[in-house]
Amino acid sequence: MKEMLIILFTAILVENYVLMKFLAICSFLGVSKKLDAAVGMSAAVIFVMLMATAATWPIFHYILDPLKLGYMQTVIFILVIAALVQLVEMILKKFMPPLYRALGVFLPLITTNCAILGVVVLNITKSYTFAQSMVNSLGAGLGYLLAMVLFSGVRSRVDTADVPECFKGIPITLVAASIMSVSFMGFTGLVENMFK
Amino acid sequence: MNKLKILVNGIIKENPVLVLVLGTCPALAVTNSTINGVGMGLAATFVLICSNVVISLLKKVIPDKVRIPCYIVVIAGFVTVVQLMMQAYMKSLYDALGIFLSLIVVNCVILGRAEMFANKNSVFDSFLDGVGMGIGFTLALFLMGALREIFGAGTFCNIPIPGLSSQPIAILAQAPGGFFVYGFIIAMLNKVSHGKAVKRKTFDCESCPSHAGCSGALKGGCGR
Repeated sequence: MKEMLIILFTAILVENYVLMKFLAICSFLGVSKKLDAAVGMSAAVIFVMLMATAATWPIFHYILDPLKLGYMQTVIFILVIAALVQLVEMILKKFMPPLYRALGVFLPLITTNCAILGVVVLNITKSYTFAQSMVNSLGAGLGYLLAMVLFSGVRSRVDTADVPECFKGIPITLVAASIMSVSFMGFTGLVENMFK
Repeated sequence: MNKLKILVNGIIKENPVLVLVLGTCPALAVTNSTINGVGMGLAATFVLICSNVVISLLKKVIPDKVRIPCYIVVIAGFVTVVQLMMQAYMKSLYDALGIFLSLIVVNCVILGRAEMFANKNSVFDSFLDGVGMGIGFTLALFLMGALREIFGAGTFCNIPIPGLSSQPIAILAQAPGGFFVYGFIIAMLNKVSHGKAVKRKTFDCESCPSHAGCSGALKGGCGR
């Protein structure tokens, strides 16, 4: 249990997938303009991350590894994720229209979201068990949610601020992200001490 | 289009990292040293050239509806080639790049060029576009890696620089420095080009790398 909590909080705070590991920067900069869009995108990411981990972990450990096809993991994983996203989109559309209306527009973007492929590959390279992988994916997704929600607040202030002409737009957004990343560095060492 | 123009286009006018703001993840993550940045740039260039050529060859064969998954499979194949080669001959670079080597698959630059250029143009033009974009990507990563290494660690390609290596600004080599240096370079580029370069690019639906394959774009996009 303690080990699970350590993995969870490490993924959310100390090794935040967006601000410390630089995964999913495209969507972090692109979709964080409005709070509701940020929350919708994060919910879709958490959902697909968990599904993708549940699908890819058994594929690697029961099919690819015994057959010594480990080197095919990049090809197989991205195909599985692409198929999974399509499938989830169709199922939601048919059986859960309200959820589809909330998440639908974000789902097609998720195939090329590097946090999804990143987290499933990291689960394999860190040789986590199935339960640990699921917890790590949940933590990665929650960390993404946290970063998106916090940054959408920062964005709404930065966009109206008076900055030098050449910094307007993307540059000042990146500098704001840098300052937020500094604050996440403050969590270093927190988790080890929390569960002593 | 003029052949030379296609080649130079990717290096300056439409530099994928500094002007189009694509491929931001590797640009931020692996540029904590010059060698890593250039290694990543060259690996992505190889994949970009090969995938551009193959996709251009297959443009009449691939059905329009499933083109994005087809592109991804082609790209993933070449990424696996790069991974195996690098693991065999450049083990230290392979370890340093780590997960970002497999993440070349979802690099927006490569998928974006497949969608925007290779599936509309001839094989040779696509090859030139791949070379140009690859050089532009590598140069941008080199610039960021060099700046972060010189000021963040006081070294250049692991050679200490007198005067800087005693008191480096260590934060520039860490995660926050990546965002900062990237933002700063774009701002300076804006300054030099009098705002022509990047300011006009905003984060709307049309500039999204997944725009073409995104069904959400028809419904008003995900940002609103």
